[in-house]
Amino acid sequence: MTVGAWAAMSLIVRRELCLSFRRPGQVLQPLVFFLIVTTLFPLSLSPQLSLLRDMAPGVLWVAALLSSLLSLDSLFKSDADDGTLEQLAICGQELSLIVIAKAAAHWLVSGAALVVISPLVGVALGIPTSAFATMMLSLALGTLTLSWLGAIGAGLTVGLRRGNVLLSLIVLPLAMPLLIFGANATDRAIGGTSPAGPLYFLAALCVFTCTLAPFAATAALRITLE
Amino acid sequence: MDAGFWSMGGYARFVWPCVGLTLAVLAWNIWAARRLYAKARIRAERALAMAAMDRA
Amino acid sequence: MWTWFYKLASPPYVYRVAAAFAPWLLGLAAIAIGYGLIDGLVFAPPDYQQGDAFRIIYVHAPSAWMSLSAYTVMAVAGAIALIWRIKVGHAVAAASAPIGASFTLAALATGSLWGRPMWGTYWAWDPRLTSELILLFLYVGVMALRPAFEDAGRGDRAAALLAIVGLVNVPIVHYSVQWWNSLHQGATVAKFGRPEMDPSMLWPLLSMLLGFTMFYAGVLCIRLRGEILNRERSAAWVREAIAS
Repeated sequence: MTVGAWAAMSLIVRRELCLSFRRPGQVLQPLVFFLIVTTLFPLSLSPQLSLLRDMAPGVLWVAALLSSLLSLDSLFKSDADDGTLEQLAICGQELSLIVIAKAAAHWLVSGAALVVISPLVGVALGIPTSAFATMMLSLALGTLTLSWLGAIGAGLTVGLRRGNVLLSLIVLPLAMPLLIFGANATDRAIGGTSPAGPLYFLAALCVFTCTLAPFAATAALRITLE
Repeated sequence: MDAGFWSMGGYARFVWPCVGLTLAVLAWNIWAARRLYAKARIRAERALAMAAMDRA
Repeated sequence: MWTWFYKLASPPYVYRVAAAFAPWLLGLAAIAIGYGLIDGLVFAPPDYQQGDAFRIIYVHAPSAWMSLSAYTVMAVAGAIALIWRIKVGHAVAAASAPIGASFTLAALATGSLWGRPMWGTYWAWDPRLTSELILLFLYVGVMALRPAFEDAGRGDRAAALLAIVGLVNVPIVHYSVQWWNSLHQGATVAKFGRPEMDPSMLWPLLSMLLGFTMFYAGVLCIRLRGEILNRERSAAWVREAIAS
Protein backbone atom coordinates (compact mmCIF):
# COMPACT_ATOMS: atom_id res chain seq x y z
CA MET A 1 0.00 0.00 0.00
CA THR A 2 1.63 3.17 -1.12
CA VAL A 3 0.85 6.40 0.64
CA GLY A 4 0.15 9.54 -1.38
CA ALA A 5 2.42 12.54 -1.08
CA TRP A 6 0.01 14.70 0.94
CA ALA A 7 -0.73 11.85 3.28
CA ALA A 8 2.96 11.20 3.79
CA MET A 9 3.65 14.86 4.51
CA SER A 10 0.83 15.16 7.00
CA LEU A 11 2.03 11.96 8.64
CA ILE A 12 5.48 13.45 9.02
CA VAL A 13 4.09 16.70 10.41
CA ARG A 14 1.95 14.85 12.92
CA ARG A 15 4.89 12.67 13.91
CA GLU A 16 7.15 15.66 14.44
CA LEU A 17 4.53 17.48 16.50
CA CYS A 18 3.91 14.35 18.55
CA LEU A 19 7.60 13.90 19.25
CA SER A 20 7.98 17.56 20.12
CA PHE A 21 5.21 17.51 22.67
CA ARG A 22 6.57 14.35 24.14
CA ARG A 23 9.74 16.24 24.93
CA PRO A 24 8.46 19.70 25.83
CA GLY A 25 11.88 20.67 27.10
CA GLN A 26 13.34 20.59 23.62
CA VAL A 27 10.65 22.96 22.44
CA LEU A 28 10.60 25.26 25.43
CA GLN A 29 14.34 25.72 25.87
CA PRO A 30 14.89 27.88 22.79
CA LEU A 31 11.87 29.97 23.78
CA VAL A 32 13.22 30.50 27.25
CA PHE A 33 16.57 31.34 25.70
CA PHE A 34 14.80 33.96 23.61
CA LEU A 35 13.29 35.51 26.73
CA ILE A 36 16.56 35.44 28.63
CA VAL A 37 18.62 36.98 25.83
CA THR A 38 16.18 39.83 25.43
CA THR A 39 16.47 40.40 29.17
CA LEU A 40 20.24 40.67 28.94
CA PHE A 41 20.11 43.82 26.86
CA PRO A 42 18.11 46.01 29.23
CA LEU A 43 20.27 44.76 32.07
CA SER A 44 23.51 45.59 30.35
CA LEU A 45 22.54 48.71 28.45
CA SER A 46 19.80 50.72 30.03
CA PRO A 47 16.50 49.97 31.80
CA GLN A 48 14.81 53.07 30.46
CA LEU A 49 12.05 52.08 28.09
CA SER A 50 12.43 55.18 25.99
CA LEU A 51 16.05 54.29 25.29
CA LEU A 52 15.30 50.60 24.89
CA ARG A 53 12.70 51.37 22.29
CA ASP A 54 15.43 52.54 19.93
CA MET A 55 17.32 49.28 20.04
CA ALA A 56 14.29 47.09 20.54
CA PRO A 57 13.92 45.89 16.96
CA GLY A 58 17.57 44.91 16.76
CA VAL A 59 17.60 43.20 20.14
CA LEU A 60 14.40 41.35 19.35
CA TRP A 61 15.70 40.13 16.04
CA VAL A 62 19.14 39.08 17.26
CA ALA A 63 17.52 37.14 20.08
CA ALA A 64 15.09 35.49 17.66
CA LEU A 65 17.94 34.60 15.33
CA LEU A 66 20.05 33.03 18.06
CA SER A 67 17.14 31.15 19.54
CA SER A 68 16.20 29.78 16.12
CA LEU A 69 19.75 28.60 15.62
CA LEU A 70 19.54 26.67 18.88
CA SER A 71 16.39 24.88 17.84
CA LEU A 72 17.69 24.14 14.34
CA ASP A 73 20.19 21.72 15.68
CA SER A 74 17.41 19.30 16.54
CA LEU A 75 15.81 19.39 13.09
CA PHE A 76 17.54 16.31 11.79
CA LYS A 77 19.71 15.26 14.68
CA SER A 78 17.54 12.81 16.55
CA ASP A 79 16.40 11.20 13.32
CA ALA A 80 19.97 10.86 12.16
CA ASP A 81 21.02 9.35 15.47
CA ASP A 82 18.55 6.50 15.42
CA GLY A 83 18.62 5.82 11.69
CA THR A 84 15.18 7.16 10.88
CA LEU A 85 16.67 9.64 8.46
CA GLU A 86 18.10 6.91 6.28
CA GLN A 87 14.79 5.11 6.33
CA LEU A 88 13.06 8.28 5.23
CA ALA A 89 15.55 8.70 2.43
CA ILE A 90 14.94 5.24 1.01
CA CYS A 91 11.27 4.85 1.80
CA GLY A 92 10.21 5.71 -1.74
CA GLN A 93 8.62 9.06 -1.01
CA GLU A 94 10.17 12.13 -2.51
CA LEU A 95 12.81 13.22 0.01
CA SER A 96 12.27 16.90 -0.65
CA LEU A 97 8.60 16.60 0.33
CA ILE A 98 9.59 14.90 3.56
CA VAL A 99 12.08 17.68 4.24
CA ILE A 100 9.39 20.29 3.59
CA ALA A 101 7.11 18.55 6.05
CA LYS A 102 9.82 18.32 8.71
CA ALA A 103 10.79 21.95 8.32
CA ALA A 104 7.15 23.05 8.44
CA ALA A 105 6.58 21.12 11.64
CA HIS A 106 9.79 22.50 13.05
CA TRP A 107 8.71 26.04 12.30
CA LEU A 108 5.36 25.45 13.99
CA VAL A 109 7.05 24.62 17.27
CA SER A 110 9.91 27.11 17.10
CA GLY A 111 9.33 30.11 14.86
CA ALA A 112 5.57 30.26 15.30
CA ALA A 113 5.99 29.95 19.05
CA LEU A 114 8.45 32.84 18.94
CA VAL A 115 5.92 34.97 17.09
CA VAL A 116 3.28 34.14 19.71
CA ILE A 117 5.42 35.18 22.67
CA SER A 118 6.95 38.17 20.94
CA PRO A 119 4.35 40.61 22.31
CA LEU A 120 5.65 39.77 25.79
CA VAL A 121 9.14 40.69 24.71
CA GLY A 122 7.82 43.71 22.87
CA VAL A 123 6.29 45.04 26.05
CA ALA A 124 9.50 44.35 27.97
CA LEU A 125 11.52 46.32 25.45
CA GLY A 126 9.15 49.24 25.23
CA ILE A 127 7.86 48.62 21.74
CA PRO A 128 4.51 50.43 21.35
CA THR A 129 1.52 48.18 20.77
CA SER A 130 0.82 49.90 17.48
CA ALA A 131 3.98 48.28 16.12
CA PHE A 132 3.10 44.80 17.30
CA ALA A 133 1.40 43.73 14.09
CA THR A 134 4.44 44.60 12.02
CA MET A 135 6.75 43.07 14.56
CA MET A 136 4.90 39.78 14.57
CA LEU A 137 4.52 39.69 10.81
CA SER A 138 8.19 40.40 10.24
CA LEU A 139 9.16 37.77 12.81
CA ALA A 140 6.82 35.24 11.20
CA LEU A 141 8.30 35.79 7.75
CA GLY A 142 11.82 35.91 9.12
CA THR A 143 11.65 32.77 11.22
CA LEU A 144 10.05 30.90 8.35
CA THR A 145 12.90 31.90 6.05
CA LEU A 146 15.36 31.07 8.78
CA SER A 147 13.87 27.62 9.26
CA TRP A 148 14.65 26.98 5.64
CA LEU A 149 18.12 28.43 5.59
CA GLY A 150 18.77 26.49 8.73
CA ALA A 151 17.48 23.31 7.17
CA ILE A 152 20.23 23.60 4.57
CA GLY A 153 22.81 24.16 7.28
CA ALA A 154 21.37 21.41 9.45
CA GLY A 155 21.42 19.00 6.52
CA LEU A 156 25.07 19.77 5.90
CA THR A 157 26.20 19.53 9.50
CA VAL A 158 24.09 16.73 10.96
CA GLY A 159 26.38 14.10 12.37
CA LEU A 160 29.45 16.33 12.54
CA ARG A 161 31.17 16.51 15.86
CA ARG A 162 31.18 20.31 16.30
CA GLY A 163 28.08 20.52 14.19
CA ASN A 164 26.18 23.21 16.01
CA VAL A 165 29.00 25.74 15.97
CA LEU A 166 29.52 25.13 12.28
CA LEU A 167 25.78 25.40 11.76
CA SER A 168 25.75 28.88 13.24
CA LEU A 169 28.80 29.86 11.20
CA ILE A 170 27.09 28.74 8.01
CA VAL A 171 23.58 30.04 8.65
CA LEU A 172 24.27 33.43 10.21
CA PRO A 173 25.87 35.10 7.16
CA LEU A 174 22.99 33.90 5.02
CA ALA A 175 20.54 35.23 7.60
CA MET A 176 22.00 38.72 7.76
CA PRO A 177 19.72 40.20 5.08
CA LEU A 178 16.75 38.89 7.09
CA LEU A 179 18.04 40.68 10.13
CA ILE A 180 18.48 43.91 8.24
CA PHE A 181 15.00 43.99 6.75
CA GLY A 182 13.19 42.55 9.73
CA ALA A 183 14.69 45.01 12.18
CA ASN A 184 14.14 47.82 9.68
CA ALA A 185 10.46 46.94 9.31
CA THR A 186 9.89 46.94 13.06
CA ASP A 187 11.92 50.10 13.40
CA ARG A 188 9.76 51.91 10.88
CA ALA A 189 6.58 50.71 12.53
CA ILE A 190 7.77 52.07 15.86
CA GLY A 191 8.71 55.35 14.26
CA GLY A 192 5.31 55.64 12.59
CA THR A 193 6.41 55.41 8.97
CA SER A 194 5.11 52.68 6.72
CA PRO A 195 6.95 49.39 7.06
CA ALA A 196 5.66 48.20 3.71
CA GLY A 197 9.00 48.35 1.90
CA PRO A 198 11.04 46.11 4.17
CA LEU A 199 8.05 43.84 4.73
CA TYR A 200 7.68 43.26 1.02
CA PHE A 201 11.38 42.52 0.84
CA LEU A 202 11.12 40.08 3.72
CA ALA A 203 8.21 38.42 2.00
CA ALA A 204 10.19 38.18 -1.22
CA LEU A 205 13.14 36.66 0.64
CA CYS A 206 10.75 34.24 2.28
CA VAL A 207 9.23 33.12 -1.00
CA PHE A 208 12.64 32.87 -2.63
CA THR A 209 14.04 30.77 0.19
CA CYS A 210 10.98 28.59 0.71
CA THR A 211 10.89 27.64 -2.95
CA LEU A 212 14.59 26.97 -3.49
CA ALA A 213 15.85 25.90 -0.09
CA PRO A 214 14.03 22.54 0.00
CA PHE A 215 16.12 21.40 -2.96
CA ALA A 216 19.34 22.56 -1.36
CA ALA A 217 18.41 20.99 1.97
CA THR A 218 17.54 17.70 0.29
CA ALA A 219 20.82 17.75 -1.61
CA ALA A 220 22.61 18.44 1.65
CA LEU A 221 20.92 15.46 3.29
CA ARG A 222 21.81 13.19 0.42
CA ILE A 223 25.43 14.26 0.70
CA THR A 224 25.41 13.53 4.40
CA LEU A 225 23.64 10.23 4.08
CA GLU A 226 25.68 8.78 1.24
CA MET B 1 59.57 60.62 -7.38
CA ASP B 2 60.09 63.58 -5.11
CA ALA B 3 58.77 64.27 -1.62
CA GLY B 4 55.39 65.08 -3.13
CA PHE B 5 55.11 61.54 -4.42
CA TRP B 6 55.85 59.96 -1.05
CA SER B 7 53.47 62.24 0.81
CA MET B 8 50.64 61.47 -1.63
CA GLY B 9 49.14 64.93 -1.21
CA GLY B 10 48.95 64.44 2.54
CA TYR B 11 47.22 61.08 2.32
CA ALA B 12 50.40 59.07 2.72
CA ARG B 13 49.29 57.34 5.90
CA PHE B 14 46.32 55.90 4.05
CA VAL B 15 47.71 55.20 0.61
CA TRP B 16 50.96 53.48 1.49
CA PRO B 17 49.53 51.04 4.04
CA CYS B 18 46.96 50.09 1.41
CA VAL B 19 49.63 49.38 -1.16
CA GLY B 20 51.76 47.55 1.37
CA LEU B 21 48.86 45.49 2.64
CA THR B 22 47.82 44.44 -0.83
CA LEU B 23 51.35 43.50 -1.79
CA ALA B 24 51.57 41.52 1.44
CA VAL B 25 48.39 39.66 0.54
CA LEU B 26 49.82 38.85 -2.88
CA ALA B 27 53.05 37.62 -1.31
CA TRP B 28 51.16 35.52 1.24
CA ASN B 29 49.16 33.91 -1.55
CA ILE B 30 52.26 32.77 -3.35
CA TRP B 31 53.94 31.59 -0.16
CA ALA B 32 50.86 29.70 1.05
CA ALA B 33 50.27 28.08 -2.33
CA ARG B 34 53.83 26.81 -2.57
CA ARG B 35 53.68 25.59 1.00
CA LEU B 36 50.49 23.65 0.29
CA TYR B 37 52.03 22.07 -2.75
CA ALA B 38 55.26 21.20 -0.96
CA LYS B 39 53.40 19.56 1.91
CA ALA B 40 51.16 17.66 -0.48
CA ARG B 41 54.18 16.40 -2.35
CA ILE B 42 55.87 15.22 0.81
CA ARG B 43 52.74 13.37 1.86
CA ALA B 44 52.42 11.80 -1.55
CA GLU B 45 56.04 10.66 -1.49
CA ARG B 46 55.53 9.20 1.95
CA ALA B 47 52.42 7.37 0.83
CA LEU B 48 54.31 5.96 -2.12
CA ALA B 49 57.18 4.85 0.07
CA MET B 50 54.83 3.10 2.46
CA ALA B 51 53.05 1.39 -0.41
CA ALA B 52 56.40 0.23 -1.76
CA MET B 53 57.30 -1.16 1.65
CA ASP B 54 53.98 -2.98 1.83
CA ARG B 55 54.66 -4.59 -1.50
CA ALA B 56 58.20 -5.62 -0.54
CA MET C 1 37.50 20.61 -30.01
CA TRP C 2 35.63 19.10 -27.09
CA THR C 3 38.47 16.70 -26.32
CA TRP C 4 40.21 19.63 -24.66
CA PHE C 5 37.25 19.95 -22.34
CA TYR C 6 37.25 16.26 -21.52
CA LYS C 7 40.96 16.40 -20.78
CA LEU C 8 40.29 19.04 -18.14
CA ALA C 9 38.42 16.45 -16.16
CA SER C 10 41.52 14.35 -15.82
CA PRO C 11 43.61 15.04 -12.73
CA PRO C 12 46.99 14.09 -14.21
CA TYR C 13 46.38 16.30 -17.22
CA VAL C 14 45.40 19.28 -15.10
CA TYR C 15 48.34 18.60 -12.80
CA ARG C 16 50.76 18.80 -15.74
CA VAL C 17 49.12 21.72 -17.49
CA ALA C 18 48.93 23.80 -14.30
CA ALA C 19 52.66 23.39 -13.83
CA ALA C 20 53.26 24.73 -17.31
CA PHE C 21 50.87 27.65 -17.00
CA ALA C 22 51.74 28.91 -13.55
CA PRO C 23 55.06 30.65 -14.23
CA TRP C 24 53.69 32.36 -17.34
CA LEU C 25 50.59 33.58 -15.58
CA LEU C 26 52.57 34.87 -12.63
CA GLY C 27 55.18 36.48 -14.85
CA LEU C 28 52.59 38.31 -16.92
CA ALA C 29 50.78 39.25 -13.72
CA ALA C 30 53.95 40.77 -12.34
CA ILE C 31 54.34 42.88 -15.47
CA ALA C 32 50.73 44.03 -15.48
CA ILE C 33 50.70 44.79 -11.77
CA GLY C 34 54.07 46.48 -11.93
CA TYR C 35 53.00 48.71 -14.79
CA GLY C 36 49.63 49.40 -13.21
CA LEU C 37 51.11 50.37 -9.87
CA ILE C 38 53.81 52.59 -11.31
CA ASP C 39 51.51 54.30 -13.78
CA GLY C 40 48.74 54.63 -11.24
CA LEU C 41 50.80 55.78 -8.29
CA VAL C 42 53.26 58.02 -10.15
CA PHE C 43 51.93 59.17 -13.47
CA ALA C 44 48.17 59.32 -13.21
CA PRO C 45 46.99 62.84 -12.38
CA PRO C 46 45.43 63.40 -8.94
CA ASP C 47 41.66 63.39 -8.75
CA TYR C 48 40.09 66.83 -8.48
CA GLN C 49 37.91 65.76 -5.57
CA GLN C 50 39.95 63.15 -3.75
CA GLY C 51 43.46 64.25 -4.53
CA ASP C 52 46.08 61.56 -4.27
CA ALA C 53 43.93 59.38 -2.02
CA PHE C 54 42.03 58.12 -5.05
CA ARG C 55 45.10 56.08 -5.96
CA ILE C 56 43.96 53.51 -3.44
CA ILE C 57 41.57 52.42 -6.17
CA TYR C 58 44.48 50.73 -7.88
CA VAL C 59 44.71 48.17 -5.10
CA HIS C 60 41.18 48.27 -3.73
CA ALA C 61 39.14 47.75 -6.88
CA PRO C 62 41.14 44.76 -8.20
CA SER C 63 41.04 43.10 -4.76
CA ALA C 64 37.30 43.53 -4.54
CA TRP C 65 36.79 42.33 -8.08
CA MET C 66 38.90 39.23 -7.45
CA SER C 67 37.07 38.51 -4.20
CA LEU C 68 33.87 38.19 -6.22
CA SER C 69 35.45 36.33 -9.13
CA ALA C 70 37.17 33.81 -6.91
CA TYR C 71 33.93 33.04 -5.13
CA THR C 72 32.17 32.57 -8.45
CA VAL C 73 34.91 30.24 -9.65
CA MET C 74 34.67 28.31 -6.40
CA ALA C 75 30.91 27.95 -6.64
CA VAL C 76 30.89 27.05 -10.34
CA ALA C 77 33.70 24.52 -9.94
CA GLY C 78 31.85 23.00 -7.01
CA ALA C 79 28.65 22.84 -9.04
CA ILE C 80 30.43 21.15 -11.94
CA ALA C 81 31.94 18.66 -9.52
CA LEU C 82 28.59 17.96 -7.86
CA ILE C 83 26.52 17.65 -11.02
CA TRP C 84 28.90 15.81 -13.31
CA ARG C 85 31.00 14.19 -10.59
CA ILE C 86 34.21 15.65 -11.96
CA LYS C 87 36.54 15.48 -8.99
CA VAL C 88 38.95 18.10 -10.32
CA GLY C 89 36.19 20.61 -9.71
CA HIS C 90 36.42 20.01 -5.98
CA ALA C 91 40.17 20.59 -6.12
CA VAL C 92 39.64 23.87 -7.97
CA ALA C 93 37.02 24.98 -5.45
CA ALA C 94 39.23 24.09 -2.49
CA ALA C 95 42.18 25.90 -4.06
CA SER C 96 40.16 28.99 -4.87
CA ALA C 97 38.69 29.58 -1.43
CA PRO C 98 41.69 30.86 0.54
CA ILE C 99 42.83 33.06 -2.34
CA GLY C 100 39.41 34.64 -2.57
CA ALA C 101 39.15 35.09 1.18
CA SER C 102 42.50 36.88 1.28
CA PHE C 103 41.35 39.21 -1.50
CA THR C 104 38.14 39.89 0.42
CA LEU C 105 40.17 40.85 3.48
CA ALA C 106 42.38 43.08 1.35
CA ALA C 107 39.33 44.75 -0.19
CA LEU C 108 37.74 45.37 3.20
CA ALA C 109 40.96 46.69 4.73
CA THR C 110 41.98 48.94 1.84
CA GLY C 111 38.40 50.13 1.53
CA SER C 112 38.38 50.96 5.22
CA LEU C 113 41.60 52.93 4.94
CA TRP C 114 40.19 54.76 1.92
CA GLY C 115 36.95 55.51 3.73
CA ARG C 116 38.66 57.24 6.61
CA PRO C 117 39.85 60.31 4.70
CA MET C 118 36.96 60.29 2.21
CA TRP C 119 33.90 59.53 4.31
CA GLY C 120 35.35 60.34 7.72
CA THR C 121 34.92 56.82 9.02
CA TYR C 122 36.77 53.52 8.90
CA TRP C 123 33.53 51.62 8.53
CA ALA C 124 29.90 52.16 7.54
CA TRP C 125 27.08 49.67 7.54
CA ASP C 126 26.10 50.44 4.01
CA PRO C 127 24.89 47.75 1.56
CA ARG C 128 28.12 47.20 -0.34
CA LEU C 129 30.41 47.04 2.68
CA THR C 130 27.97 44.85 4.58
CA SER C 131 27.48 42.41 1.73
CA GLU C 132 31.25 42.23 1.17
CA LEU C 133 31.67 41.43 4.86
CA ILE C 134 29.01 38.73 4.49
CA LEU C 135 31.06 37.41 1.56
CA LEU C 136 34.03 37.04 3.90
CA PHE C 137 31.89 35.09 6.37
CA LEU C 138 30.66 32.87 3.56
CA TYR C 139 34.23 32.11 2.54
CA VAL C 140 35.08 31.26 6.15
CA GLY C 141 32.02 29.02 6.38
CA VAL C 142 32.97 27.07 3.27
CA MET C 143 36.60 26.73 4.40
CA ALA C 144 35.46 25.57 7.83
CA LEU C 145 32.93 23.07 6.52
CA ARG C 146 35.23 21.17 4.17
CA PRO C 147 37.62 19.67 6.75
CA ALA C 148 34.89 18.96 9.30
CA PHE C 149 33.95 15.68 7.63
CA GLU C 150 35.84 12.50 8.19
CA ASP C 151 35.29 11.46 4.61
CA ALA C 152 37.08 14.00 2.42
CA GLY C 153 34.78 13.41 -0.53
CA ARG C 154 31.73 14.16 1.58
CA GLY C 155 33.42 17.30 2.87
CA ASP C 156 34.09 18.41 -0.70
CA ARG C 157 30.48 17.88 -1.70
CA ALA C 158 29.10 19.65 1.36
CA ALA C 159 31.42 22.61 0.81
CA ALA C 160 30.38 22.75 -2.84
CA LEU C 161 26.70 22.89 -1.90
CA LEU C 162 27.32 25.64 0.63
CA ALA C 163 29.34 27.64 -1.90
CA ILE C 164 26.49 27.39 -4.40
CA VAL C 165 23.94 28.54 -1.82
CA GLY C 166 26.13 31.53 -0.97
CA LEU C 167 26.54 32.48 -4.62
CA VAL C 168 23.40 34.58 -4.31
CA ASN C 169 25.47 37.11 -2.37
CA VAL C 170 27.81 37.87 -5.28
CA PRO C 171 25.31 39.77 -7.44
CA ILE C 172 24.10 41.48 -4.28
CA VAL C 173 27.59 42.84 -3.63
CA HIS C 174 27.96 43.92 -7.23
CA TYR C 175 24.58 45.58 -7.71
CA SER C 176 24.20 46.94 -4.17
CA VAL C 177 25.38 50.38 -5.28
CA GLN C 178 22.67 50.45 -7.95
CA TRP C 179 19.84 49.03 -5.91
CA TRP C 180 20.30 51.02 -2.71
CA ASN C 181 21.44 54.46 -1.66
CA SER C 182 25.00 53.63 -0.83
CA LEU C 183 27.92 55.66 0.46
CA HIS C 184 30.10 53.64 -1.87
CA GLN C 185 30.62 55.01 -5.34
CA GLY C 186 28.99 53.37 -8.31
CA ALA C 187 30.53 51.20 -10.97
CA THR C 188 33.35 52.83 -12.86
CA VAL C 189 34.49 50.29 -15.40
CA ALA C 190 31.81 47.65 -15.40
CA LYS C 191 29.26 49.87 -17.04
CA PHE C 192 28.83 49.12 -20.67
CA GLY C 193 29.48 52.17 -22.71
CA ARG C 194 31.87 54.91 -21.78
CA PRO C 195 33.54 54.43 -18.44
CA GLU C 196 33.48 57.58 -16.41
CA MET C 197 37.17 57.69 -15.74
CA ASP C 198 39.79 59.68 -17.61
CA PRO C 199 41.96 57.37 -19.76
CA SER C 200 45.16 58.32 -17.97
CA MET C 201 43.57 57.02 -14.78
CA LEU C 202 41.73 54.17 -16.43
CA TRP C 203 44.56 52.32 -18.14
CA PRO C 204 46.53 51.55 -14.98
CA LEU C 205 43.31 50.39 -13.36
CA LEU C 206 42.57 48.02 -16.22
CA SER C 207 46.13 46.81 -16.08
CA MET C 208 45.79 46.10 -12.35
CA LEU C 209 42.52 44.25 -12.91
CA LEU C 210 44.12 42.12 -15.60
CA GLY C 211 47.22 41.60 -13.49
CA PHE C 212 45.22 40.48 -10.46
CA THR C 213 43.21 38.09 -12.58
CA MET C 214 46.33 36.48 -13.98
CA PHE C 215 47.86 36.43 -10.52
CA TYR C 216 44.81 34.62 -9.20
CA ALA C 217 44.97 32.12 -12.05
CA GLY C 218 48.68 31.52 -11.47
CA VAL C 219 48.36 31.02 -7.73
CA LEU C 220 45.32 28.83 -8.38
CA CYS C 221 47.48 26.62 -10.58
CA ILE C 222 50.01 26.14 -7.80
CA ARG C 223 47.38 25.47 -5.15
CA LEU C 224 45.47 23.24 -7.52
CA ARG C 225 48.44 20.94 -7.94
CA GLY C 226 48.69 20.60 -4.17
CA GLU C 227 44.97 19.93 -3.84
CA ILE C 228 45.05 17.34 -6.61
CA LEU C 229 47.97 15.58 -4.98
CA ASN C 230 46.15 15.49 -1.66
CA ARG C 231 43.10 13.95 -3.25
CA GLU C 232 44.82 11.54 -5.60
CA ARG C 233 47.69 10.47 -3.37
CA SER C 234 47.18 6.78 -3.95
CA ALA C 235 46.49 6.90 -7.67
CA ALA C 236 48.83 5.23 -10.10
CA TRP C 237 49.71 8.31 -12.11
CA VAL C 238 51.05 10.04 -9.01
CA ARG C 239 53.93 7.60 -8.86
CA GLU C 240 55.37 8.72 -12.18
CA ALA C 241 54.49 12.36 -11.59
CA ILE C 242 56.36 12.41 -8.28
CA ALA C 243 59.30 10.42 -9.47
CA SER C 244 60.04 12.84 -12.30
